[in-house]
Amino acid sequence: MAKDELMNYEKALEQFEVVIGLEVHIELNTKTKMFCGCRNEFGDEPNTNVCPICIALPGALPAVNRKAVESSIAIGLALGCDIAPNGRFARKNYFYPDLAKNFQTSQYDEPIAFNGSLEVEIPSGAVHVIDIERAHMEEDAGKLTHIGGSTGRIQGAEYSLVDYNRAGVPLVEIVTRPVFGAGSEAPELAAAYVRSIREIVKGLGVSDAKMERGNVRCDANVSLRPHGQEKLGTRTETKNVNSLRSIERAVRYEIQRQAAILAKGGSIIQETRHWHEDKGATSSGRPKSDADDYRYFPEPDLVPVQPSKELIESIRATLPEKPADRRKRLQNDWGFAELEFRDVVNADLLDVIEETVAAGAKPQSARKWWSGELARAANNEDKDVADLAITPIQVAELASLVEAGKLNDRLAREVLTYVLAGEGNPAEIVSARGLEVVSDDGALIAAIDAALAKQPDVLDAIREGRMQAAGAVIGAVMQAMKGSADAGRVRELLIEKANA
Amino acid sequence: MSDLIRKNASELVELLNNGNVSSVEVTQAHLDRSAAVDGAVHSYLYQNPETALATAANIDRRRAAGEKLHLLAGLPIAVKDNLTTTDAPTTSGSKILEGWVPPYDATVVSKLREAGMPILGKTNLDEFAMGSSTEFSAYGASHNPWDLDRIPGGSGGGSSSVVASFQAPLAIGSDTGGSIRFPASVTGTVGIKPTYGAVSRYGLIALASSLDQIGPVSRNVLDSALLQDVIAGHDPHDSTSLPESLGSMAEAARKLDVKGMRVGVIKELMGEGFQPGVMARFNESLNLLQQAGAEIVEVSCPNFEYAIAAYYLILPAEASSNLAKFDSVRFGLRVAPEGNPTIERVMAATREAGFGPEVKRRIILGTYALSSGSYEKYYGAALKVRTLIQRDFDAAFAKADVLVSPTAPTTAFKLGEKLDDPLAMYLNDIATIPANLAGIPGMSIPNGLAEEDGLPVGIQILAPAREDARLYQVGGALEKMHEEIWGKRMIDFAPELEVRG
Ligand SMILES: [Zn+2]
Repeated sequence: MAKDELMNYEKALEQFEVVIGLEVHIELNTKTKMFCGCRNEFGDEPNTNVCPICIALPGALPAVNRKAVESSIAIGLALGCDIAPNGRFARKNYFYPDLAKNFQTSQYDEPIAFNGSLEVEIPSGAVHVIDIERAHMEEDAGKLTHIGGSTGRIQGAEYSLVDYNRAGVPLVEIVTRPVFGAGSEAPELAAAYVRSIREIVKGLGVSDAKMERGNVRCDANVSLRPHGQEKLGTRTETKNVNSLRSIERAVRYEIQRQAAILAKGGSIIQETRHWHEDKGATSSGRPKSDADDYRYFPEPDLVPVQPSKELIESIRATLPEKPADRRKRLQNDWGFAELEFRDVVNADLLDVIEETVAAGAKPQSARKWWSGELARAANNEDKDVADLAITPIQVAELASLVEAGKLNDRLAREVLTYVLAGEGNPAEIVSARGLEVVSDDGALIAAIDAALAKQPDVLDAIREGRMQAAGAVIGAVMQAMKGSADAGRVRELLIEKANA
Repeated sequence: MSDLIRKNASELVELLNNGNVSSVEVTQAHLDRSAAVDGAVHSYLYQNPETALATAANIDRRRAAGEKLHLLAGLPIAVKDNLTTTDAPTTSGSKILEGWVPPYDATVVSKLREAGMPILGKTNLDEFAMGSSTEFSAYGASHNPWDLDRIPGGSGGGSSSVVASFQAPLAIGSDTGGSIRFPASVTGTVGIKPTYGAVSRYGLIALASSLDQIGPVSRNVLDSALLQDVIAGHDPHDSTSLPESLGSMAEAARKLDVKGMRVGVIKELMGEGFQPGVMARFNESLNLLQQAGAEIVEVSCPNFEYAIAAYYLILPAEASSNLAKFDSVRFGLRVAPEGNPTIERVMAATREAGFGPEVKRRIILGTYALSSGSYEKYYGAALKVRTLIQRDFDAAFAKADVLVSPTAPTTAFKLGEKLDDPLAMYLNDIATIPANLAGIPGMSIPNGLAEEDGLPVGIQILAPAREDARLYQVGGALEKMHEEIWGKRMIDFAPELEVRG
């Protein structure tokens, strides 16, 4: 991969206005596929969830999954879209081995939802309104695995394997109108937008919304134009951005790359680009033009989707609150400071903290656990906090043990590692491993006496008001009791002894 | 030959239900007939006597045990080879599917099996039903039992010739622009294209999804009615299938009454280009209908002029997309190209070797019609014509309960006669195509012989969508008047086929 020349980010923004556009694919979590009765399940044995319809045997016909339509309508409504009274499917024709029919059943000029908008808050606190052009239904393709090459990509591979389990899984593609005015925060806005979409579909319960599994996929369009120019610049579409962080990085990279080219008088090639997380760079994919000829035409095997007003209204009535409203409510309920709350949002911790609080924890202690120890653990394991092997209920239990004085911070952290290792619930681990804080004065006094025997001057020092001298004894007691002593109580007992 | 095979299906049904004949006897008689004549007619692409006889024997056992069976149980049938069957290869007349045994049954096939009807075999067709003569079948043409040098019509020439040569009492066909009705017309048999959506298309290897419809083929109107009553009905697997029942066709076929009915004659589907014998028989039938109390009215459908042009854009467009799945990856033929076998090259080599010339012609045409820059000019314009033709029908049906026309401009032409002239071949369907474009039902019944060549001609009856029953009512009545005049069925005029020992 040739190394791209990049312009300094601040300099790029001085010279150019950034315009972004985002296409987000949501994989719905319906029980069955979009057009057949096969299981919609991630991770099953390859080619086990297939039938004549999703592997496109001659004679097979599609039938629309009602639940998928309802989920799509819910997404559309949550994005403030109008719902089409007559949504038609269309065929997008192109040959590719992961596409069994060699056309994708999608929607073209009659999407199920259109004309919406979404308020998105970025880390700086600024709020942008993103216009949604459309949300349409389509089906996923199968999964290709390229064997024999060094890169795992099709180039250089000896052969490829196709798994059609994913073929026909329902997708909703949400397309924004061009987004202007984010300036230097365009990358953050792109990521914040996808985060909001994730929150929405998760809140609706229509998708598992796991980016690492491809439940939420984002293609980021980026173009630059000189400040003051009316005409939009040529855009690139970066694919394969599979985390919020990579969306931000990819947009930033494209801004710097395009700026360097344009500043030299070059022109941008309209193309698909691939994001490489490891290299932190995009590379050229296939050229793409507006004249890409997919020979769309109305799908003759499916009658139009005509949701009744009653159906639309009944779905609207069950919509959860909007993400922005929910945030306001939670911040109020929890009493977090502005910055604390923003950090929680940016770290994607709203859901887990909410669930932990619901399980009985105090908001602040839930926040401390998730944004501290657990965030570090997730980082070490290179996964999302929500995917750690610990539930909000377990975190709440841990917090209540600390609250009750049964665990001190150090012990609690230790218990946490055992929970993450799958040893059970915190209380079980505490009793199984005997980790409870020792607050039995008898045992403590014995340990204090043993420590004082080695440092007889300490009591005098305390009487003279030199409290720092107590530290040595407290440390010795803690060591003797392998950390299970309540340090506060040791100090109290020591002072009592000195003043006796 | 056994006189069982000459009987109408409705007569066999009665014999079977009364226990006067067994299904094994009826099935065996038809299998024997095929052994004797199909070498000359070539109606079948595949037959498996064992499975047909096993079904028959099973029905006989169940009947003997006093089980309540479907009315048509034990009556054998032939099925066009573009419907999937789990116990027989399904080729759609193409090399690209040679030997492919589908893992699932078409809905219509399932219905036949549930009714207990032994399947005698799979009948020949033009490759992917593209043609009017069966000459585009990759497995050789079928022959017209009236004159073996002539075509049996197409694409369903296998199904028309199989009933015309008494190898089956009933057959299943599919009609995209006349593939049931044109073969019926030139073989002196009955064929119906039901209302679009009346019969599930699930398991029918698609030609043009918005035009295809499965329907019955027989020697008699009532027989087709009995069969449509078996195969019709809503199917959740076909989202274009109608939710409601269209009623009993058999009941309509038994009414034999056209008094007070308004019969519309389509001005544009007669005269120039129509063989004199075809027109003469047509006019005689109009007189018969009038004598029976029907009112004859003239209607005009000015946009029919554009029907063939629109049809030959819509059909190839849909077909080009429907046939994209034939890429060697998951089923069917796979051809390794010389040199590096990349996926693109294997797909190309397979399609090059597996598709015949007419299929390639239409794929190219359809791909072009849908391409950007051409879409509005061709495909978009064709859709507009389609709407105009639907409006023509709406206007015509405001004046008439049914419409009539000759089914085809000519009698059966000679094998090879139009093979090099696709446009002349396309013109055979001039009278049948509008019904597919509008989704309305159409029927062709025998209408006598043309004096100039002694070959059968057909009359087409059309009804508004969902009014299939009117076809059976008018067709049944006209058939009865014909048979009273002729003293026998039209098929009984057909020459005896030379039977091989
Ligand atoms: Zn499936």
